[in-house]
Amino acid sequence: MIDWIAGVGRSTLSQVSDLGRASLMLMQAIFGRSNVGVYGRLTVDQIYAVGVLSLSIIIVSGLFIGMVLGLQGYTILTDYGSEQALGQMVALSLTRELGPVVTALLFAGRAGSALTAEIGLMKATEQLASLEMIGVDPLRRVVAPRFWAGVISLPILSLIFVSVGCLGGALVGVSWLGVDSGSFWANMQASVDFFDDVFNGMIKSVVFAIVVTWIAVYQGYDLVPTSEGIARATTKTVVYASLAVLGLDFFLTAVMFGEI
Amino acid sequence: MTASAFVEIEDVGFRRDRRVIYDGLNATVPRGKITAIVGPSGTGKTTLLRLIGGQLKPESGDVRVDGVSVQSLKRAELFQLRKRMGMLFQSGALFAELSVFENVAFPLRVHTDLDDELIRLIVLMKLEAVGLRGAVDLVPSELSGGMQRRVALARAIALDPEMIMYDEPFAGQDPIGLGVLLSLVKQLNQALGLTSLVVSHDLQETLSIADHVIMIANNRVAFEGSPAVMQSSNDPLVQQFLHGSPDGPVRFHFPAPALEDALS
Repeated sequence: MIDWIAGVGRSTLSQVSDLGRASLMLMQAIFGRSNVGVYGRLTVDQIYAVGVLSLSIIIVSGLFIGMVLGLQGYTILTDYGSEQALGQMVALSLTRELGPVVTALLFAGRAGSALTAEIGLMKATEQLASLEMIGVDPLRRVVAPRFWAGVISLPILSLIFVSVGCLGGALVGVSWLGVDSGSFWANMQASVDFFDDVFNGMIKSVVFAIVVTWIAVYQGYDLVPTSEGIARATTKTVVYASLAVLGLDFFLTAVMFGEI
Repeated sequence: MTASAFVEIEDVGFRRDRRVIYDGLNATVPRGKITAIVGPSGTGKTTLLRLIGGQLKPESGDVRVDGVSVQSLKRAELFQLRKRMGMLFQSGALFAELSVFENVAFPLRVHTDLDDELIRLIVLMKLEAVGLRGAVDLVPSELSGGMQRRVALARAIALDPEMIMYDEPFAGQDPIGLGVLLSLVKQLNQALGLTSLVVSHDLQETLSIADHVIMIANNRVAFEGSPAVMQSSNDPLVQQFLHGSPDGPVRFHFPAPALEDALS
């Protein structure tokens, strides 16, 4: 029993210590004096790496999820004779929930794992240590541009996901199942509120972006610099980021839409 | 600080987890000389370089570089101090996505306002010094391990540092590569007036160019002095190391319970 309590204590201390180090790392990376021109250019490079290169998976996933929503929504709404509300259902599901959440999960798998592996490999091959010895802070040179790139890219990817999803829903609902085009788009336009739905969805996306990218860069920066360490850290990034997104989604949904 | 000392290590204690690496380590690195740091594997030779570079902090004691206590520096001050040091890592640690030219130009681009033409001239001169001007457009993955280390050396001297630290520069080198690197270390030291610190297991080769030797064993400095004095030392520990004897004061086995106890 004592051993079990001691184990829980050690684990708790380790988690708190991890959180403290991750917070310190983030503070040192994003606050402080820096060359805006150089770091701006590095951030743009990283937006290409984590954002632009994630476009294909986001567009394809958005299209299929929109199509599935169209199909499922039509089946259910037809039972109540309300198939003209399909546009509303597809748009609200995507803007409030599926857009931010699924984009963040895909981003954690595609870009988060890549960020962890890249930074981890730089650590394992002593490139980070080499930067330090050249007198360049790797937190500002390597971590900060990747962090900002993630924070900027994910909300934009989420918007693209939602837009493509709506088109997917329209493709199935209007083009294939015969829902009236006018009522589909008009219902969508009438029911989706910019502040309540789109803006809140974007807030979710920004929060997910911060958390997912933070976890990814921290796991890469703090890993044990071996091949096994890189593999472990990459897995941790996907697992921790996914769980964090789902947990935070409930919390944010409760605050934004649950009238808590 | 003594007038000729560039680095002073005073009563330094350091441990990794529960394993003691140093217990009251004292050593001096003379200015403008080549100092060899030798000792059995796992005694913390690379750790000493990292303490001097401020990448690690000692638990106790003081590490001073040119009179400045490294562990007391703030992060920004530490990065300023490191501009005066160069370090050659065992793996070379070149930036994989940059060409040879850009690797050597990197410190110049981030720390100076020199125009591109001047940077090009300096980079070509540094690469010429290490014999790799012809590899200027290659990327690190196209170079052998020895060539990568020479490019890393060119990068380490790009800012004309006052001190350069070499971590196992001769490991895995063929005789030609080893000879080239040995003469490079010697020539750079003489031509640029550098203070050089060389961690190496290639004892005879390293001692042939060193002016000063620090031997680390059993958590402290076991010998410090000139190579000639080391060669003639009667200290059993030094003798064991110089002659590669398995028996002697330096433990070959990692600390462990008695074999009989482990097997029973």
